This record gives sequence, structure tokens and C-alpha cells, in this order.
Amino acid sequence: MAFISAGYNPDKPMEGRITDIGPKHYDSFYPEVIKKNKGKWSHHEILEPGVLVHVGESGDEVFTVRCGGARLMSVTHIREICEIADKHCDGHVRFTTRNNIEFMVTSKDKMNALKADLAQRKFDGGSMKFPIGGTGSGISNIVHTQGWIHCHTPATDASGTVKATMDTVFEDFQSMKMPAKLKISMACCLNMCGAVHCSDIAILGYHRKPPILDHEYLDKVCEVPLAVASCPTAAIRPSKVELPNGTTVNSVAVKNERCMYCGNCYTMCPSMPLSDKEGDGIVLMAGGKVSNRISAPKFSKVVVAFLPNEAPRWDNMTVAIKKMINAYSNGANKYERLGDWAERIGWERFFEVCDLEFTHHLIDDFRDAAYHTWRQSTLFKF
Amino acid sequence: MAKHETPLLDQLESGPWPSFVSDIKQEAATRAKNAKGLDYQMPSDVCDDLLGILELSYKDGTTHWKHGGIVGVFGYGGGIIGRYCDKPKDFPGVAAFHTVRVAQPGGKYYTTAFLNQLMDIWDLRGSGLTNMHGSTGDIILLGTTTPQLEEIFYQLTHEMGQDLGGSGSNLRTPADCIGSSRCEYACFDTQELCYFLTMTYQDELHRPAFPYKFKFKFDGCPNGCVCSIARSDLSFIGTWKDQIQVNQAEVKAYIDGKTVDNGGAFKGRDWGKFDIQKEVIDLCPTGCMALVKGELKINDKECTRCMHCINVMPKALKPGKDKGVSILCGAKAPIVDGAQMGTLIRPFISIDQTLNKQLSDFEDEDEWMEYLAEKYEAITEFIELVWDYWMEEGKNRERLGELMMRQGLQKFLEKVEVEPMAVHVQHPRTNPYIFWKEDEVEGGWGRDIEDYRKAHSR
Repeated sequence: MAFISAGYNPDKPMEGRITDIGPKHYDSFYPEVIKKNKGKWSHHEILEPGVLVHVGESGDEVFTVRCGGARLMSVTHIREICEIADKHCDGHVRFTTRNNIEFMVTSKDKMNALKADLAQRKFDGGSMKFPIGGTGSGISNIVHTQGWIHCHTPATDASGTVKATMDTVFEDFQSMKMPAKLKISMACCLNMCGAVHCSDIAILGYHRKPPILDHEYLDKVCEVPLAVASCPTAAIRPSKVELPNGTTVNSVAVKNERCMYCGNCYTMCPSMPLSDKEGDGIVLMAGGKVSNRISAPKFSKVVVAFLPNEAPRWDNMTVAIKKMINAYSNGANKYERLGDWAERIGWERFFEVCDLEFTHHLIDDFRDAAYHTWRQSTLFKF
Repeated sequence: MAKHETPLLDQLESGPWPSFVSDIKQEAATRAKNAKGLDYQMPSDVCDDLLGILELSYKDGTTHWKHGGIVGVFGYGGGIIGRYCDKPKDFPGVAAFHTVRVAQPGGKYYTTAFLNQLMDIWDLRGSGLTNMHGSTGDIILLGTTTPQLEEIFYQLTHEMGQDLGGSGSNLRTPADCIGSSRCEYACFDTQELCYFLTMTYQDELHRPAFPYKFKFKFDGCPNGCVCSIARSDLSFIGTWKDQIQVNQAEVKAYIDGKTVDNGGAFKGRDWGKFDIQKEVIDLCPTGCMALVKGELKINDKECTRCMHCINVMPKALKPGKDKGVSILCGAKAPIVDGAQMGTLIRPFISIDQTLNKQLSDFEDEDEWMEYLAEKYEAITEFIELVWDYWMEEGKNRERLGELMMRQGLQKFLEKVEVEPMAVHVQHPRTNPYIFWKEDEVEGGWGRDIEDYRKAHSR
């Protein structure tokens, strides 16, 4: 490989440097029909799962075909998306906040041609490249994080758990028979780059072992005070440690019973790794939402304290998710989100109908807020 | 023949959902073939080695990525995340595998010309793998080496007119919902406000000067498709102040079953004939609706704008005309003190609907930005009050929501110059432990014990 310069001169980094120009202006990316009808849309209809029509006050129509995507996409795959957009959509395409791809056309004929084209595209391994769906009262694509593919603190993989889950709920990605929309999200550690704390169902990677201390190197690669300050539960204190060779070094000590395995210390100090085959696994949460529709937004609650990492398909995790979805689908009223349904029937009934075990781990013991989650009434179900 | 055996990952190629494993393999094959004859600036087996190291994680149940390492482009403190693997000898193709965050355009609309040009750069200078998109919203270019970073930045800025996104303790790349570009519910132009603030605060976005990360997100209506209320330090949610616009003829069409309810969102199951009483009026959380002689009556004064009735009957009901945003502050994921949702601070900042000139109406972008600076002045003033307070009082790695928790909502309202109102709380406090300020108490706190003793003997 010979280094190819783009024109940047490392000896004069400021020469001709362009900075602070931000993203491209959205106007240059809008399809014509969007530009023309922006702010003047009258209404919309989901014609079938994954296919929407928006109607402008002008009478203009835009047909959108929404496809699921793995958010990890190759250059080759994106070029294929471009090829489809060039062929059917005058070179325009958009993505949704849930990693879906949206192709827009301006007539039903074009829409049918587009759908037929998308449906026949498959990866060599057999999976679909562009499954159509993810609308209305179905299960849309999962927002997620990096996991083992690229991150230093994950307790599980993201792309794999998502693939396994979406395969399991695929029928509901391509249909709209849930009582309301159901959003699943995934974050591979407590840092929650994916912010899963307000989802109908959340998959969360979780460590269960306090950090291992690499005493010999700790003071050489870390700032001890930063490592100490990083701990939310004040479990870390400075210490002096005698190494097997007799030398004494500055390091830290961890009060293991105070540790909640968040990995914040590891982020500040690489000599405090957490990950562990037996320790790491999955937490499942349920019942959160962000929409203000009918009821206020609410946090997800922990419903399964731990499942081991059963790569590559996380079978017990997908089984537990499926049990929740089935119980919800059978029991909830039209418009009731999963959390609203759980609150109506009571969480004690939720565990019963979902066939999930309630264990002591699910009782909140983290600071003052915990009290407000205990039951202070005689209103319970047998 | 694949470079590494991947029996575990291979099991993720079956099933209907798009397989990331198949896609990485596809890219590995493209690179091995190199039909365009590129002089790849990353090892050409980078995708093979990525599969190899991921397979190892699947086998041993732990990650093989080390910490960042301080890499970046000159003059910026964000936009690049350093990444190295802990098995460089076994997987040399991914020994260094840095991430580049590229600021995504509003509404995530693209032209293929733009995407192809970006892919040309990434084909040559990176792994050929991306995330479309990262959780905050950026385009993520996944995996390159340190010498390529300045080259990529040079090509992005010089050839594409495109900048990096944010990372670290600075303003993260703001993100918006699709907004009025293709949604009839949007109460403001999310793309315009998102772009305006992104451009106004480029310095804050690229050069870390904050205690920790800071996020803006823009939801056009209370349905909250971009989840701003849970995911952003400042959450902007479109709303309205006047009456829901009702078209009674269209209401009747829903009642008569001539228009499909919920824009067809519930088509997949037979829920029975649409019943406006049961499905709309009885589910209204404030009970502010009634059907009187076949007409839908709304007591708008009692409405909390939850969107339910509008979602059910989008052809008949529309948000009001006096539109603006509610601003909620302090949402964040659990690290460190537990998850927080945004707290309502500015119930309503009106956005003048007559100020609707577009970029194309101006000579250049600077003039348009000046026009927007006036249009959104109330918003930027508020943002800067929030930042002044947070930068003054926030501790290292303390998110805004945590500072609000530590010092209290009363203090926050005072600092951001908002008059406390009943809408700021779900209910008033249940304890009477009120910390009075001295100047609120007649005569202050300075008293003379001798005066007291004149009336009260020891």
C-alpha cells in the first residue's frame, strides 16, 4: 500500500484548512415532492405494512416504502441502496431514527415496481436485504449500540442480539396486529449509547463482576484521582499495593460489595477491566415509552435480572422477549402500550401472564428513588 | 476461502432479517476482488480480521477492543473515536480501527451523489463498514488508521463541504425527526431549527469546553419520534396553544367508517367497527371531548395535547395554529445517578409562523442565518442561560440533569430566569421542609437575643 495524499500538508495543517462548516443543508437533499409540499401536508395513510402515502394540501402524493436495515452497513450495501434510489427515486433516499431505509416515489405504479425490486434482493447467506415493514402497530427496527464489534465496555454483542431478536419477531415487523406500536431497543452496557431506558422492551448488556486491578500498570497508565472520582457509588479508594517482586506501587482498592459494575472506572482507567465470560450477560427491561399519547412518557422496568450470553443466537433471551410480546398482544386493549397494559393488570399479574420469574434482584435498592417503587397500599392481586 | 473460520457468526446468516455477517462478508469479498483496482489505505483483509476478532468474542464472551487513545484532527476535540484491538498480532487488519463521526443532514435525507462520494472516500481510506446511523444521529464510519484521519477530514471539507460530528465533552450532533418535511403533525420546522442551532454552535460542537456531553433533539410534536424527552439534555417538542382544528365532515367520515382510523396503523387485526366514543372520547386523558349531535366538541382549555385524537383521526383533526415548542431539560441515560427524563422548563416558546422564508429566498446562507437568529432569539437566549449555569456549577462529567438534581429545580429556574409555575411539577412537594431565603422573611434572620429575653425569661 502506498500512502495516497488527498492534498493535506502535515507541515502546514492550517493552510487552506476548512472547519466549522457543519452538515450539508437539508434543502439540497430533499426530493422535489418533499421540497414542494413541506409544511403543507394534509394527511397520511399506511397502505400496507411498510408502505405509506402522504397527501399534500396540493393533492400531491408521496409513497414511502420503509425497509429494515442492519445499522452496520458496508460500502457495497450502501452503493446498492444508491443504485435502487437512482433506479426508482430520482437519486433520493432517507433513513429513519430507527435505522430503517425509506425510498420515496410519486406514483402507485412506481411504488409497485420498487416493492417488487426490493423484495427479491437477498444476501448470499439467505437473509433479506430490504425487508419491507416497520410501520403502525407493529414492531419496528431496533435502535442499538456497537457491542463486541467495536466497543471497549460492552457486556454483550449488539448486532447479534438484534439480529436474533428481529428474526424472532420478524412477522410483527411485517404486520400491524399489535395493540399499539412496540419499540425494542438494545444497549450493550449501562452507559446506554442507545438510551434504552424508555422502551417497550429493552435489551441491556450488564456486567456482574467488579473490575480486575492491574496493579503493576495502574499508576503508569491512569490518573488515580480520576479513577476514584469516576465511581458513582464511591467504591474506589487510593491504595498502596506490594507487588510479588517486593516493590510498592500506587494503585486503587475496590470495595466489591459497593460496585454496580457500570464500567465508569474502566472508561477512565484501562487497568480496571470488567468483562468476563460468566459475569457478563443480558438484562431485560419493559414498559417504557417516550410518546405523550394518552399517558406520560415512562421509564422501562427491569423484568429479567440476568440471562447469560448465549452467542450466537441468545435463545433464552429471545424466548423471554417472545413471551412478553405474546402476553401483551393477547391481553392489551387497542391503543394500550406495553407499560400501560402492565400497569392496568398490575406488575404481579405481568410476571404471571408472561411466565417470568420475579426475583429479589427486581426490587429497587438504589438510593431514595427506590422507596417510591415499593407498594404502599393494600391494593394488590392474589 | 475465508481468512478465519467463523462457525458461530455463520449462524447469524440465516433467518429473514438483514444479516450484518453476510454484509461484512460481502464487503470482504468486494475488497478481495478489488474490481476497481484501488490502492486500499487500510489492509485489504480488514473485514476478514473484523469477522475473526468478533468470532473470538462470540467464543470467549468478552470484547477485544481496547480504549481510545487520543486521536483526532487538528484543532477539533471531537468527531473521532480512537480504537485499538487487544490482539493485533492475530488480527493485524483491525489493529487500529478508529471511528469517524460525520454530521448527518437534517431528517437524514440524502442524494445518492452525496452517499456515493462519501463511500468513495471510505472505500479508499477506511474499512468499508459504516453505521447508518449512530445512536446520536451521526453517520459513523467504522474503522480506519491514524494517518488517514486528516486525509478523510480534508476530503470531507474540501471535496464535499461536509463536517465532522461531535464527541467528548461538547455539544453532540443535534438530531431531528422528519418534521414538517413529510409529516402533518409537526408544529415547527425541526430541520430548520436543528440546522440553525447546529451552525450557530459549531464551536461548542467541535471544541470541548463543557463539563460533559450535551445533546439537543427536536421532536415536531408530542408523539416524540426522535425520543428527545428521554435522550437529550435539551429536548424541543413541538406543541400549540390554541384550539385543535376540527373538520366535522371528516369526523363524520371516520364515524361512518368511510375513512380508515389511525391512518391505517391498526389494519393488521380486526378490532371491530371504529367507535369514536370508546376509542377517542373515553380514552382522552383529560376527558375534554364529547360528541354533541354528531359533532365532536373539544374543550381546548383542558386539553394537554397528547396527540391521541389527532393520531386516530388525522384527516379530521389538526394541531392548532398558534404553534411553538416546549423545552424540557436534563434527560440522560443511567450513568451515573440513574436515568432521567427531561423536566418541563419552558412550557411554550412561540414560533412565528409568518417567518417562513427559506434559504432560497436569500442571497446567501449568512443572510438567512441572520434572519433565523431573530426568529429563534428566545430559544438561543434560553440555551445560553442553561449553558452559563451548567459551565459555572457543573462538576467534571456531570450531566445537566444531574446538576439539576443536585442543586434543585428551584435553583435551576432561578438561574435560567424562568418564573416558577404549577406546570413545572407533577404535584407540589409533600414535605414542608421549605428553605426560605432570608429576604423572603419579614425582618430577615438577624435577631437580638436581649430583645427576645424581654418577653421570654430564661
